[in-house]
Amino acid sequence: MATVGESRKACAVNPLKMSQPLGACYAFMGIGNCMPMMHGSQGCTSFGLVLLVRHFKEAIPLQTTAMNEVSTILGGMENIEQAVLNIKKRANPALIAIASTGLTETKGDDVDGFLRLIERKHAEALAGTRIVYVSTPDYVGAFEDGWGKAVLALVEAFVAPAPTRNPRQVNLLPGCHLTPADIDELREIIEAFGLEAIVAPDLSGSLDGHIPENFTPTTLGGSTLEQLGRMGASIASIAIGARMTAAATALEDRAGVPCRVFDRLTGLGAVDALMRYLTELSGNAVPAKYRRQRGQLQDAMLDAHFWIGGRRFAIGAEPDLLHTLAHTAHEMGAEVCAAVTTTQSPVLAGLPCEDVLIGDLEDLETRARATRAEILVTHSHGRQAAARLGIPLLRTGLPMFDRLGASHVLTLGYRGTRELITQWANALLEAEHSAAPQDWPLPPESAAAAQGGACGTGCGCDSALLTE
Amino acid sequence: MSAKIQDVFEEPACEHNQQKSAKEKKKGCTKQLSPGAAAGGCAFDGAKIALQPIVDVAHLVHGPIACEGNSWDNRNSTSSGSTLYRTGFTTDINELDVIYGGEKRLFKSIREIIEKYDPPAVFVYQTCVTALIGDDIEAVCKKASEKFGKPVIPVNAPGFVGPKNLGNKLGAEALLDYVIGTEEPDFVTPYDINIIGEYNLSGELWQVRPLLDALGIRILSCISGDGRYREVAYSHRARAAMMVCSKSMINIARKMEERYDIPFFEGSFYGIGDMSDTLRQIARLLVERGAPDDLLGRTEALIAIEEGRAWERIASYRSRLEGKKVLLITGGVKSWSVVSALQEAGLEVVGTSVKKSTKEDKEKIKEIMGLTEQDSAHMIDDMTPREMYAMLKEARADIMLSGGRSQFIALKAKMPWLDINQERHHAYAGYEGMVGLVREIDKALHNPVWEQVRRPAPWETAACTGAA
Ligand code: SF4
Repeated sequence: MATVGESRKACAVNPLKMSQPLGACYAFMGIGNCMPMMHGSQGCTSFGLVLLVRHFKEAIPLQTTAMNEVSTILGGMENIEQAVLNIKKRANPALIAIASTGLTETKGDDVDGFLRLIERKHAEALAGTRIVYVSTPDYVGAFEDGWGKAVLALVEAFVAPAPTRNPRQVNLLPGCHLTPADIDELREIIEAFGLEAIVAPDLSGSLDGHIPENFTPTTLGGSTLEQLGRMGASIASIAIGARMTAAATALEDRAGVPCRVFDRLTGLGAVDALMRYLTELSGNAVPAKYRRQRGQLQDAMLDAHFWIGGRRFAIGAEPDLLHTLAHTAHEMGAEVCAAVTTTQSPVLAGLPCEDVLIGDLEDLETRARATRAEILVTHSHGRQAAARLGIPLLRTGLPMFDRLGASHVLTLGYRGTRELITQWANALLEAEHSAAPQDWPLPPESAAAAQGGACGTGCGCDSALLTE
Repeated sequence: MSAKIQDVFEEPACEHNQQKSAKEKKKGCTKQLSPGAAAGGCAFDGAKIALQPIVDVAHLVHGPIACEGNSWDNRNSTSSGSTLYRTGFTTDINELDVIYGGEKRLFKSIREIIEKYDPPAVFVYQTCVTALIGDDIEAVCKKASEKFGKPVIPVNAPGFVGPKNLGNKLGAEALLDYVIGTEEPDFVTPYDINIIGEYNLSGELWQVRPLLDALGIRILSCISGDGRYREVAYSHRARAAMMVCSKSMINIARKMEERYDIPFFEGSFYGIGDMSDTLRQIARLLVERGAPDDLLGRTEALIAIEEGRAWERIASYRSRLEGKKVLLITGGVKSWSVVSALQEAGLEVVGTSVKKSTKEDKEKIKEIMGLTEQDSAHMIDDMTPREMYAMLKEARADIMLSGGRSQFIALKAKMPWLDINQERHHAYAGYEGMVGLVREIDKALHNPVWEQVRRPAPWETAACTGAA
């Protein structure tokens, strides 16, 4: 059990956190033929875009209502109207998904009201394009909150009760800490049980790094609105990460689809639980492939525990990812000596460490130093801290801008767990200190004693010389 | 604030401005942004870009997490010493600050930074939300300066007042108002110059510095690449100044001429001819201000040798690059300055952007490229991503040189691309830089990867369709 504290500093140094609207827009990128847009000044969008480009090394569709000083004071109705019409004309997306920002929230724009007016006024021009809005001020919560709210907004906009259920169909609601590869892996697991998954949002279709046949200004893939509309006919919803509880329960409330939230799917026991659940759900036995992978994971755990066991991990991540990493490390025998996160979450209290702090990377660095951490696990922004601490950095989560392959990192299922712990072990192995002759100097007293206990007796010997 | 912006807009030395009517001038350079069709940076971004290369200063962003959390550590401006500028500082304001004002938090943040990091100065950046709620950063900075006995400099350029370019100038104003002229150098020489508007991206300043060193010319202050607070503070003692980019910090150059009688010229480090001109101009200005006139002869001698060396090295690529077609999409600033180097290497420039070029720039491009009026198709005002994609896909160009924003258009078209914007990782300044640029183009064009990615999949060829 961990006590949850909040950094009492006035100034955040080396932020771990990213903003809510960016998290929301990131979720919208998992919807097919969609144009995500921030309602705010253009800098916010530009920063978010650059961040995601650097992470994925992919073109990122993201628009702005381009608010300025004057339009902010007057209210953003006109800018939203223009933006929506512009986007419709240029890209004709199936969905325009809008997230507010600190600026427009501070002004107090009634975007829901604006949108009702706009949709009425331009019903014809906007035919064939849906609009979804989510309120995400920058000064509240973090990236993960924005993602959760966006998925909830999608459920509320598109899910309706279905007259009949499709006994093979399940919904999959991934948290923002899942990579496109993670989503792919999960889908494959589900399909291996003879089920079929509707993923919302599905980044594995849009941000998995592929070369499309043609150029498109909107998202490159992802779940379609038609699929979202069919979610009410599923037999169950599987949500990953506590942050997804709200969207999963909303689905249950709206369409009566029972939900199961897995707080993580990394670690032997966690994946076992998924396998059991899918067996129940589908009536099919665990496929041979996963029985074999389970054996491989066990073997990797045995191999890796020599290196990970007893080692001190400092982890900085958003709550659901932190929860996943900390428990997995703990299960491998590591000690989580420092944990820092970005926003409140029910998972924090259950972390396997003494305390967890809602803070920044400076806090993580300070704590890592104080507790003599041996490995730092956080996003790429931890690189300066790791260099100063002289310990390896295991880049995990977003942004990962100084490495390639961010979308193909796999961390869940038996296979992903195996990859994750192997990486940890390898990093620790590489950082292994090779012993040198001067590593274990005798204390001067001992050396002196060995010389006949001469020291401190006034014999005039220089004990410092003895250890040189 | 608005008086300051008006002042910056009316900048008489801006070529752009001179071409405008009085009415146009009033409007300033904030072109109305088009909502839903824009995604440039904001004024805050611009101010930060301009000032952050002052490496020993703590740069504190006053606003919600979006402004700094989504953007820090994302530039390649390089330092030869302190790395404090790479630390992200932000007040990360919360909902309560929005309601009650964030000035207290700001003041405390400044104190924390000074206590923990003891920088020579703190720069405080205003952002949209804190501007909107009326936080008076000037007042807080003044109070903090008095209280802590250290310069605390307000940079008033909230994002929503305009684009990046305006932000550059507002950042420069902060230096003029609060920094320049506040300290004295230990000694001065007749060979002291300032370089203004050079950010030392990827270390480009260091490609030029050896040339100046060789001539005995001292960079008293580079504003702001690899700059130190003190250097900027005593920069008013330089004999002459070079302005690298008129679009970003011309106000510094002109106002320093007015206030301290430091003559300046606009020069460029890009392109061989331009580099030589720049050296000549620096020498000429220094001699006019009293430096011994043997400097002129020494400069010519250096130019002769360096140019010869550069052209020789570039020509050695000719056989490999002859006839290859280049599409050059830059911010448009001075794109002509690299055209001649590309031509010398045998490359054909099939298109160059002129979006931000002045009339004069355009004439120069025509002249260098030997274009007639009808050829203006080669000068591209604004190209949509779709057009760029088509152009590359149809192989009307063999390689695209552009900023990171459009890189994926080229890559998705399976065509080579080279980064020549601010996020680039290679240095392209001076004689060295131009040779380097040609080398990079050669590397990109001849990478065997292109042939491989363009190969059809086995199932797309007759042998595999089972038809045979
Ligand atoms: S537009 Fe405003 S709120 Fe957005 S990043 Fe720029 S300064 Fe910050």
